[in-house]
Amino acid sequence: MAELLAVRDLRVDFATDRGPAQVLDGINVEVGAGEVVGLVGESGCGKTTLARAILGILPEGAARIRGGAVHFKGRDLLHENPAVVNDRVRGRAITFIPQDPFTSFSPVFPVETQIMDLMKWKSPRAAEGARPAALGGRYPRERYRADREAVLDTLRAVQIPEPARALRRLPHEFSGGQRQRLMIAMALLPRPDLIIADEPTTALDVTIQAQILKLLRALVKERGVSVLFTTHDLGTAHEICDRVVVMYAGQEMEAAPTDAFFGRPAHPYTRRLLASVPGPGGELRDIPGEVPSLVAPPAGCRFHPRCDHATPECRELRPAPRMLAREHGVRCHHPVES
Amino acid sequence: MTAAWFVLTRLARDRSALIGLVLIALLVVCAVLAPVLSTHPDDVFELHPAERLQAPSGAHWLGTDRMGSDMYSRLLFGARITIVIGLIAVGASLAIGVPIGLVAGYYHGWLSDALMRVSDIFLAVPQVVLAIAIAQTLGPSLPNVILALSVTYWPWFARVVYAETRALQKEIFVESTAALGASPWRLTVLHVLPNIASPIIVRASIGMGFTILTAAALGFLGLGPPPPTPEWGRTIAESREFLPDAWWYAMAPGLAIFLTVMGFNLLGDGLRDVLDPRLRRRRTIRDG
Amino acid sequence: MRLLALALHRLLWFAPTLLGLLVVTFVISRVIPADPVALVAGETATPAQVEALRRDLGFDRPLVVQFVDYVGRLVRGDMGTSLYTRRPIVEDLVARLPATIELTVVAMLVSIAVGIPLGVLSALWRNSLLDHALRVVTVSGLAIASFWLGIMLQLLFAMRLGWTPLNGRLAGFPPRPLTGFYLLDAALSWDWPTFGTALAHLALPAATLAFPALATLVRFTRAGVLDVMQSNFVLYERAMGLPRPLIVWKYILRSALTSTVTQIGLLFGILLAGAVVTEAVFDWPGIGTYAVNSIIRSDYNAVMGFTVWAGAIFVVVNLVVDVAHTLVDPRERTT
Repeated sequence: MAELLAVRDLRVDFATDRGPAQVLDGINVEVGAGEVVGLVGESGCGKTTLARAILGILPEGAARIRGGAVHFKGRDLLHENPAVVNDRVRGRAITFIPQDPFTSFSPVFPVETQIMDLMKWKSPRAAEGARPAALGGRYPRERYRADREAVLDTLRAVQIPEPARALRRLPHEFSGGQRQRLMIAMALLPRPDLIIADEPTTALDVTIQAQILKLLRALVKERGVSVLFTTHDLGTAHEICDRVVVMYAGQEMEAAPTDAFFGRPAHPYTRRLLASVPGPGGELRDIPGEVPSLVAPPAGCRFHPRCDHATPECRELRPAPRMLAREHGVRCHHPVES
Repeated sequence: MTAAWFVLTRLARDRSALIGLVLIALLVVCAVLAPVLSTHPDDVFELHPAERLQAPSGAHWLGTDRMGSDMYSRLLFGARITIVIGLIAVGASLAIGVPIGLVAGYYHGWLSDALMRVSDIFLAVPQVVLAIAIAQTLGPSLPNVILALSVTYWPWFARVVYAETRALQKEIFVESTAALGASPWRLTVLHVLPNIASPIIVRASIGMGFTILTAAALGFLGLGPPPPTPEWGRTIAESREFLPDAWWYAMAPGLAIFLTVMGFNLLGDGLRDVLDPRLRRRRTIRDG
Repeated sequence: MRLLALALHRLLWFAPTLLGLLVVTFVISRVIPADPVALVAGETATPAQVEALRRDLGFDRPLVVQFVDYVGRLVRGDMGTSLYTRRPIVEDLVARLPATIELTVVAMLVSIAVGIPLGVLSALWRNSLLDHALRVVTVSGLAIASFWLGIMLQLLFAMRLGWTPLNGRLAGFPPRPLTGFYLLDAALSWDWPTFGTALAHLALPAATLAFPALATLVRFTRAGVLDVMQSNFVLYERAMGLPRPLIVWKYILRSALTSTVTQIGLLFGILLAGAVVTEAVFDWPGIGTYAVNSIIRSDYNAVMGFTVWAGAIFVVVNLVVDVAHTLVDPRERTT
């Protein structure tokens, strides 16, 4: 299957007071065309770093890519001309939905300015390779009108009431949920192939999280857009994803279609995660132990210190990916077969 | 006093703060050891008209002024004046401003408002202008300059202390101590003062720089200690009619002022960065 | 609507603050000196002359009466008469106002036009050669005595190099008095030679005045930009591949400036203060030299008049700044 996006063996270090932390350690993730893939993991497992690495916006001083590749439509984004990537890939083929809608808009410009600035440079009707003449650059009247129509249509699609009036407002006049809908609209307008959504509902009220997620899924399925969607909440993944990938300490542990993932989890960590969701009686079952330090991570499989089934092999050798079934991959020396 | 040690070691890592410290140390050395370091210590009072306006040479390292006195020696003694003015003026401002700020911050009624309004009035007019007005009224002399500067600088201390006291009042620990029945003044002294020490120290250091500049301006305008006192600002004023030939006459005292004020500013910035990273963000131009 | 409320609130505030200022200056002028009249009369005056002068000036009346009288006259726009020029002080001040304002405005424009872009570049190219060079400039900017800087500039550019005139506002005939601002008047009258002369005379004083302001602006713009660069909306714009110049010069700068605008207003106030000393150095015929000369001549009323005027200006500037801040930060407007 020709994947749209294939992250291969990506290694990213972050500089810390105690030395480089190996935040991503040879991770592999694939997203196919028209697929919604959920990337699940606890806080600090590296999901956001992965999202930013794919987009190419890691913090310059602090983060370093040690190796690996990010293949998108056949080309390695890490080794392409950065200017070309900025112009053609970011904001066009790959768009972004950030975690915090409250601070992701500039507070001093009306929503219209910000969306139309985006359309000026990233509209599907815009020519590629236009030279960004700082604040200048021509925005032909025809195209402006067409773009604006598209914006209004998309705003209606994300259920923003009275789009024309809404555009003139400032971001802080919208609720969190509405702002995230605006973000979804802005992610769809350039007609991308892939949307990277970094915990898009974490900052929202629980009551509207489901709404937003369903809306997102409906819209992307309609348009055939792929989504790579990070979250720490298993329930969210179950809601809208076609496939789920679980991460732990900078490595992926298991990847499977949603029903297989929730029905027949193979990796001990996955099983623990699913078990730790509060049971019907309200009991909580924790996973004993702590997330490992990334500065001096454990050798071999990073989960082995907390794993019941760990053997000497697990302590020394990092498991290679193994396919248990079609599209169900796991990295474990002793996956649980069911 | 591990807190002081902590501050000192952090400060030592900041190169510009160290430069500031060195410059200030230089100033102090010059002032204290003026009689020893100067080549012509009597030139502060004696005149040698025959030797007037000589360029820098082996005999007179920084040349001579219009009275034939050695510039280098006069500069050294001028350092004494500078330090005295700075220390006393800032000290007095502190002594006036801090209590006022404390009282205004602690109480919440009309007293507090009134005190802050008064302080705003003094802040409404630029310090230079008010100092000029006062000094002119009182006549040119060293004590009058110090008085004028003290009277115009205290609001800066009051404002800082007021803001911090109010902020601290909201902190839980102050409320709980009050709940335990400590008397208000005991509360203030034991709990509030240590916390406001940092901003006060920073303000004092920066205040030294500003005060010295204002004092020099007053001296320049003829409102400072009268001749033959070798005050730096006045020396610059004297030099004007002999330019461009006697360039050293204007340049030397100006450089002295520059290095001194720079020293205090650098130290103040360094202290601010070390003592309270939070303060680093909220700088405004009014940080005079 | 909120704007109006704010403006009114500030104006209401204007009166007590000004009154307080008046009390302070009045006290200073009448109460502190042992005998203000004697000071004015001079050392050679006989006691009889001093008494005559006292009655003349109304200083023999009770203090409170004097104060009320002073305030009353002030409200009617009468600041008293200059003991030196024998003209109403208000007239003296008004005549000299354009010179000071022209100097201050030019200095402010220069410091903004140069300072803000340099601050942005300094933040973008952090720790580069430019950044370090600017750091030296900004630190010096606040440590140099203005009057000394002026003298040094005169020494170099006027005396040694002869590139600019030494002092004064103009040599030769002033342009047609339309606004009182020589640059504007010359330009409006198409009198370009005079425009050139006026500009040449402005060069050094404006540079002297602008230097500390410029230093401060670079510093705060740099800090503001560095701060805003960490924002989430900048991250979003980068993630969506918006062109870098757009992100920097439109979005980052605009947010960084929200706080700087307040400071530009304060800057204006500080420039006015610096103008006093700078005018003295360059013999600039503005309000600053008037104040300084009044000091030298012990022209009390004039100095007090100047202080009151300066205070009033500051209160007004603060008002304008508050209003401007509300305008610039839209969040304040609608909440």
